[in-house]
Amino acid sequence: MDLLNINNLRIEFPSRHGTVVAVDDVSLSVQPGEVLGVVGESGAGKSTIGNAVIGLLEPPGEMTAGHVLLKSEQIDTLNPEAKRKIRGRRIGMIFQDPLTSLDPLQTIEQQLVETIDLHLKLGEKKSQERAVDLLRQVGIPDPENRIKNYPHQFSGGMRQRVVIALALCAEPEVIIADEPTTALDVSIQAQILELMRRLCKDKQVGMIIITHDMGVIADITDRVAVMYRGKVVEEGTTAKILGDPDHPYTQSLISAVPRPDIRLRRFPMVNYIEAEGERSRNIDLSTHWLGRHRDFEAVDGPLLSLKDLVMTFVTKPAFFKRNRSTFNAVDGVSFDINEGEVFGLVGESGSGKSTVARMVCSLYKPAAGEVNFSGTDLTKIRSENERDFFRRQMQMIFQDPFSSLNGRMRVMDIIAEPIRFHQLASSNQEVEQIVNDLLDHVGLGAQASVRFPHEFSGGQRQRISIARALATRPRFLICDEPTSALDVSIQAQILNLLKDLQEELGLTMLFISHDLPVIRQMCDRVGVMKQGKLLEVSATEDLFEKPTAAYTRELLDLMPRLDKLSHEGLEVEGA
Amino acid sequence: MEQVTPATKTRLQRFFGSDVWYSFMRSPVAIISAIVTIGMILAAIFAPWIAPNNPFDLASISIMDGNLPPAWESAGDSRFLLGTDDQGRGVLSTILYGARISLIVGFFSVIFSMVVGIALGLISGYAGGRTDALIMRIADIQLSFPAILIALLVDGVARGVLPSELHTDISIYVLIFAIGISGWVQYARTVRGSTLVEKNKEYVQAARVIGIRPLTILRRHILPNVMGPVMVIATIHLAIAIITEATLSFLGVGVPPTTPSLGTLIRIGNEYLFSGDWWITIFPGITLVVLVLAVNLLGDWMRDALNPKLR
Repeated sequence: MDLLNINNLRIEFPSRHGTVVAVDDVSLSVQPGEVLGVVGESGAGKSTIGNAVIGLLEPPGEMTAGHVLLKSEQIDTLNPEAKRKIRGRRIGMIFQDPLTSLDPLQTIEQQLVETIDLHLKLGEKKSQERAVDLLRQVGIPDPENRIKNYPHQFSGGMRQRVVIALALCAEPEVIIADEPTTALDVSIQAQILELMRRLCKDKQVGMIIITHDMGVIADITDRVAVMYRGKVVEEGTTAKILGDPDHPYTQSLISAVPRPDIRLRRFPMVNYIEAEGERSRNIDLSTHWLGRHRDFEAVDGPLLSLKDLVMTFVTKPAFFKRNRSTFNAVDGVSFDINEGEVFGLVGESGSGKSTVARMVCSLYKPAAGEVNFSGTDLTKIRSENERDFFRRQMQMIFQDPFSSLNGRMRVMDIIAEPIRFHQLASSNQEVEQIVNDLLDHVGLGAQASVRFPHEFSGGQRQRISIARALATRPRFLICDEPTSALDVSIQAQILNLLKDLQEELGLTMLFISHDLPVIRQMCDRVGVMKQGKLLEVSATEDLFEKPTAAYTRELLDLMPRLDKLSHEGLEVEGA
Repeated sequence: MEQVTPATKTRLQRFFGSDVWYSFMRSPVAIISAIVTIGMILAAIFAPWIAPNNPFDLASISIMDGNLPPAWESAGDSRFLLGTDDQGRGVLSTILYGARISLIVGFFSVIFSMVVGIALGLISGYAGGRTDALIMRIADIQLSFPAILIALLVDGVARGVLPSELHTDISIYVLIFAIGISGWVQYARTVRGSTLVEKNKEYVQAARVIGIRPLTILRRHILPNVMGPVMVIATIHLAIAIITEATLSFLGVGVPPTTPSLGTLIRIGNEYLFSGDWWITIFPGITLVVLVLAVNLLGDWMRDALNPKLR
């Protein structure tokens, strides 16, 4: 007998622009002790399924067909009161953000004991013992004392453990985990997944894990359902789906996952996603505006050379200098980037890698050190007009495609702004022609220029960002986590585009990412940062094969194992 | 990519397709208060043409018509629908002309506050540091006085400094300045808050990487993105400004009695309230309440419609 059955589920969201079918004819089942993964990209409807099962579908969404069975008992038609009793007692939930799923005003004890007493009616004493026991099971050291603490006294990973304890405390039969590790650093993700899997096996709980991350799927699940636009397109054992997928969507999804162990020449065409506007090749770069004036004065030695760069932030502002307290976000960083090279900078959040990028392009003024660009120390430049000469040669692509474009401007004006500012074209007509060509060149099509940013998806917006960065005809491009806000298949498209542009235009790049597999695909040399310090710089292959710093080894060990993924259709570089 | 809809929509087409217009059409309160507000504004603008008689034309008014009750009462006169005041001016006509003064003072003082507040807020938020601290401390100091007190103070100083006949001529400008200067703090604080959020967004950083100068960034990039909340405050502030003007005029420090506003009318009528001539004060009072209520409800709706959290 199946533990949980979802049959022919259909969920609709009526809106004034017509009804959106978020989930369409989805059937899933979970056995006791089994971990089922539901994987898909944003908008695939995977979270909606989870919410429907626990009866927390947000209005105006409604189930218009199908039913949910828990041990053959239909639960979707129950009244809200009965549903509330099932939630927590028979179906436990783990949400994405451990910061918001605990009540900050109550101690862990209060929250756990209340839930246990409510569902199991053990009495206060027994409930307390059980709470301590649960905390021990999820690996919280010294549970007798820590239980008296408030949520803010725990770290992110510890808090997610508490959330798991909370989900387990009423001995539920099924646990639904919606992106349980997305908000956590890689090092903690591995431990939490391991814990969840062990508890699931020990207690014979059925678990549904909803995620966009193939690494999580590979680490923990027994079976996988792949969702695409509200439908389950393929379902099977994890080994089968990852190693030998049948459906073209699954195949393209898996081929788009950056691998830590191999370097691809390009990501194979991922055409199952939003149609990539055909990149037009009708621009002849040797004669076109974009290709002209690329004969920058040659430099002796590296194009960019950082020497002992320091950045200090004020952590406690005050009117008088002596009352301020400060913190060094970047502490003595030096490295060189040669012309035509892609240099990667990798590190966890807060390691200072973005701060380095912002100092290079003069967004921040370094507290000490030198930024030498083509032989000139940028930190010594005082006049804005003098700086403009270097700004034109150096552009940046940002992380968040939703905030990097001004929503009040048309795409035409956004891309034309740098051309007009640096007076790179002689007439308005020429500017418009250039913008249209640029849009064509990044695969959007010239008709995009009259529209506003909100009419585009995240991947398309990132293309607009890239077009804007190219509009000054730069020789040096800084990419600050350019794909970490994007779905994996969109990420593959954008990485392809960046690779192509880099080759066509001979760009030099500083590529910043927290994602080692992405770094491996993109970079020639890599620097590893931790807490504002640069630990090691080496060629990409060397870094992955024989890292020197202990911290690098640690990072490499924590990467999700993706060696089970199918290699079909991949062009491996150097193989 | 989804099908490209005929891409060049005009601004008007985009407005009618927007969520704000949709929410407006779904809210009876918003529609009614918009109709009332616009109706009153039009009536005030076209007062010289629609008023049944001109209360300021000394040739046409007669003291003999003084203190007539509204037309439907037995002693009423059909020429004066809402009765007359002590000098024989029709109450309906004086209300139309009075609303004109009230609205002019309201609108221009709001615009004055807005310009000063937005400019200081943008500078404060974008520059940060000591500039920010200085501007915001001044704002805090001003906030510790009631707005009406500041308006009274400014008005009083103006009366003391300017010769009295000159003051009568420019009293309306003094009033606009007094009310305007008492209201800039709210705009400055809101704009500063939004600017702090916007200036850290990546589109502003992108503009800085290009090399765009701070003033252009403020004007072209940040200003359009902080205007939403400003429009909401401006609407609600319009109601407050009209009330402030009425209060000042009621206290006798506002516009001179020769060009009465709604507040002046209420004050004049107040003197006759106990002799039973209620219409002189009640009708301007009702007009003021309806106008302010309509503007306030419109502002309330706008705050909800523009707030992404409430959608």
